[in-house]
Amino acid sequence: MRFLGAIAAALLVAGAVGAAEIPQADRRSGYSFMKPDTKTMQDDDTANPGMLWVLDGETLWNRKVGSAGKACADCHGNARNSMKGVAISYPAFDKATGRPIDLEQRINSCRTNHQQATPLPFESRELLALTALVARQSQGASIETGADPQLAPFIAKGRELYMQRQGQFNLACANCHDDNWDKRLAGAAITQGHPTGYPLYRLEWQSLGSLQRRLRACITGIRAQAYDYGAPELVELELYLMSRARGMPLEAPGVRP
Amino acid sequence: MWLAAALLTPPAPAGAQALQPYAVVGDAIPEPLTNARGDISRGRALVVERSSTCILCHSGPFPEQKFQGDLAPDLSGSGNRWSEGQLRLRLVDASRLNAATIMPSYYRVDGLTRVGALWRGKPILSAEQIEDIVAYLVTLRE
Ligand code: HEC
Ligand code: HEC
Repeated sequence: MRFLGAIAAALLVAGAVGAAEIPQADRRSGYSFMKPDTKTMQDDDTANPGMLWVLDGETLWNRKVGSAGKACADCHGNARNSMKGVAISYPAFDKATGRPIDLEQRINSCRTNHQQATPLPFESRELLALTALVARQSQGASIETGADPQLAPFIAKGRELYMQRQGQFNLACANCHDDNWDKRLAGAAITQGHPTGYPLYRLEWQSLGSLQRRLRACITGIRAQAYDYGAPELVELELYLMSRARGMPLEAPGVRP
Repeated sequence: MWLAAALLTPPAPAGAQALQPYAVVGDAIPEPLTNARGDISRGRALVVERSSTCILCHSGPFPEQKFQGDLAPDLSGSGNRWSEGQLRLRLVDASRLNAATIMPSYYRVDGLTRVGALWRGKPILSAEQIEDIVAYLVTLRE
């Protein structure tokens, strides 16, 4: 119910811009658009390159850092237990800042506040590894992001950004991911843009990457000015996309072409 | 709106190259944007080049291109369906014909939001490139 309130608020703000949202029954992960060999790569832990980051994440989880001399494990114990079902609610409302923060920002706020260490740079190997470790503990669980009513105005802003035409190509996210997800942009399947697999290993990147990296790539793709990592607008987009994917299973670490 | 002939001189942002003025007559721009005629083979090369973005959305008679888009009509036969002037307006500013189109306006700098610094104040294609592509599209007669 609380969630319905959030959606209603989102619809109210965005008003007439809206293309029709994809009905729940037709929602498909980017996974379902992939070739069989890429699907196998994601499904098989021994073949999924993202598991290398998860393993790195386990090492970092247990390493004492910062002037507090604490490891993540000192507060949270074994990630396999304590981090189960955490990622499915991110981005989540952060009381301290009064705004949504994504999983990477949550990890960095633990680093600064509890470990008294410097925040890890966005897209650094360490931050991706810790994020992958945490996200992995929700693999297969249904996404629930957006249930907190405090998030409603931020979901609405994210939706507005999603619907807004921008850049030299004058395209909105919705022009591709709502209106043309069954089509191909040259060789690439467009997909519905559900962020179910992040952080994920992209063959084109030859690396794990965050959802913010993916969003910046689409924004640059339409020749708009990409927001800086951590910018409120990017987090609002992440939040809207995750709330739009509610009920879908989290796949992290995913693999994409 | 676009039915009336209009002389357009789009505003040139500071530091940007000015666009050539052009006149829209009906649903066409009858006069070339440049003095020199477009070059058919340069036009074809531009259309199949990924960086010009046409084949991201369109397919066409380009057997050497393995990946072509299916977001837009096949370009084969464009020269049968449209006159040179109609093709020119479709390239320059397709949104004048269909406000909801996803086809970018290739020769326009105004009315856009949050254009990236690299591209700000510049049209996607130059007047010469538009003329080359128009010259090529006219030859596509199935
Ligand atoms: C012109 C078409 C187009 C536009 C506009 C566009 N995208 Fe994308 N997007 C794609 C394509 C194509 C892919 C598939 C990845 C690839 O091959 O590049 C993709 C991938 C994605 C993914 C990853 C899905 C997955 O399964 O991993 C997300 C999330 C996404 N886009 C969100 C957005 C958002 C948010 C915007 C607007 C800021 C946007 N896109 C604008 C074409 C587009
Ligand atoms: C992002 C998608 C996209 C891109 C990129 C694009 N177009 Fe289009 N184009 C369309 C769509 C969609 C239509 C259908 C008409 C409409 O929507 O107004 C169209 C229509 C056309 C037509 C008329 C087709 C017909 O016979 O009805 C021509 C010619 C054309 N485009 C040429 C080009 C050329 C040349 C380029 C590159 C310089 C290009 N387009 C780039 C989407 C695109």
